[in-house]
Amino acid sequence: MPSALINVPSKAKRGDVIEIKTLMSHIMETGYRHTASGEVVPRDIITSFTCRFNGAEIFRADLYPAIAANPFLTFFTTVTESGKFEFEWVGDKGFSETASASITVE
Amino acid sequence: MAVTRRLTRRNVIGGAAAVAAAALARPSLAQGAARVAVIGGGFGGTVCARALRRLDAKLQVTLIEPNKTFTACPFSNEVIAGLRDLPQQQFSYDRVAADGVTIAAQAASKVDAQGRTIGLADGTTLAYDKLVLAPGIDMRFDALSGYDEAAAEKMPHAWKAGAQTLLLRRQLEAMDDGGLVVIAVPAAPLRCPPAPYERAGLIAHYLKANKPRSKILVLDAKDGYSQQKLFEKAWQELYPGMIERIALSQGGRVTAVNPAANEIVTDFGNYTAAVANVIPPQRAGRIAAIAGAADRTGWCPIDPITFASKLVPNIHVIGDAAIAGGIPKSASAAAAQGRACAAAIVNALAGRPPETPRLDGACYNTVAPGYAFSLRGIYQPKDDQYAEAEVTTSPVDAPREMRQREAEEAVNWFKTITEDAFG
Repeated sequence: MPSALINVPSKAKRGDVIEIKTLMSHIMETGYRHTASGEVVPRDIITSFTCRFNGAEIFRADLYPAIAANPFLTFFTTVTESGKFEFEWVGDKGFSETASASITVE
Repeated sequence: MAVTRRLTRRNVIGGAAAVAAAALARPSLAQGAARVAVIGGGFGGTVCARALRRLDAKLQVTLIEPNKTFTACPFSNEVIAGLRDLPQQQFSYDRVAADGVTIAAQAASKVDAQGRTIGLADGTTLAYDKLVLAPGIDMRFDALSGYDEAAAEKMPHAWKAGAQTLLLRRQLEAMDDGGLVVIAVPAAPLRCPPAPYERAGLIAHYLKANKPRSKILVLDAKDGYSQQKLFEKAWQELYPGMIERIALSQGGRVTAVNPAANEIVTDFGNYTAAVANVIPPQRAGRIAAIAGAADRTGWCPIDPITFASKLVPNIHVIGDAAIAGGIPKSASAAAAQGRACAAAIVNALAGRPPETPRLDGACYNTVAPGYAFSLRGIYQPKDDQYAEAEVTTSPVDAPREMRQREAEEAVNWFKTITEDAFG
């Protein structure tokens, strides 16, 4: 089971607005919960998501404890050339995941 | 609005003499028997109507139900798999009528909660003192892009037993070996939460015997589900490699369908099905919203002690249509609610205080002939909502004899619940 799911159209016309969907499997533990014996369950969340297109950042999100498990982020962009989207999730406990997808612009 | 109305009514009663208040509590009994109408002749409504008559033989009880025969959902997954025929699911209202319940064999089209009248499809009006709504569910044909009533003829939901059940069965029978069967499962709340998984197993049973190269894909808008470990173990044992499930967090939520191409779309994939069983989001049966008893969720908030609607006076809601907290939307839970609601109404009409119900629900899942497991729950009101007081699920590591025994128990359970309602 992949931990990252990405949906980017494989083709688009120059200037089209396209929708990008991403889902990262993650527990998003808030740090506010306690175990039955009273100990705090340490925070374990994704703190940042970045999307780059051909190396340039086009979308960024900061994530906080109020965001539910398995963050599903969807956003729109305009495409002017063929290239590669690179996605990066960074979080607590050294969490780091990447994914990528290519698009052909006609 | 509701608060103002309640205050006004309380003020009226408070302002009147205590003697007058006592008389107001039972206005119709002074003139004759109280009239209780029940809309919906499923497990909840039928059991409620009969219990009302049994508790107080003087009550005038009318059951409003347009269908001449009832088609039961429990065990209808076996009809889909060719293990049972639809007439075994069908029951008449003859014995209900024999209990002294008047059957109005037509649809209710209007409810005037203030005037306490029901408008029937033929134009006549029926007055009531108390009304019980047991309308079950309706599919939300506005909730899933591309899935309307016409789409349901191509991609059956089979979530109300009858023609839809047979349509899905015919599609499976007509499918070539090697076909992909997709079952789309909506987010909660839905009727009979474990039923999609029971269905997957029983369809796999049919395919294994008849079309063994075929596969089943469950696209699920939920992550976990009732009796999940039991289902997964059974699938592994009986149908290895045949059933794949994509959960919500793996992108399993269906966002659109395209009936012309039998295509099902999720956020992260497109699937073309040979047979598509699309179970859409649901809401309380339409009459609940017409009566003003459904809230923005499409379901009906109730007082858990009496099943009285929190939105409209003199109306009670039972069964799948009600928001009943931890109680699953199931046939046996609806029947238990019907009995408890009948007792609450009889107590209220007699001016007695309500009793706190303790409801029993059972749910059997059959994965193959001679292989079943169950969940039994006891539910009680807690903090203004039903909560599970006790839940017993079949052990995951039980021997096959126990699954066999539970399959036999399931048949007896079906006999009992249909006997209570229709026998």
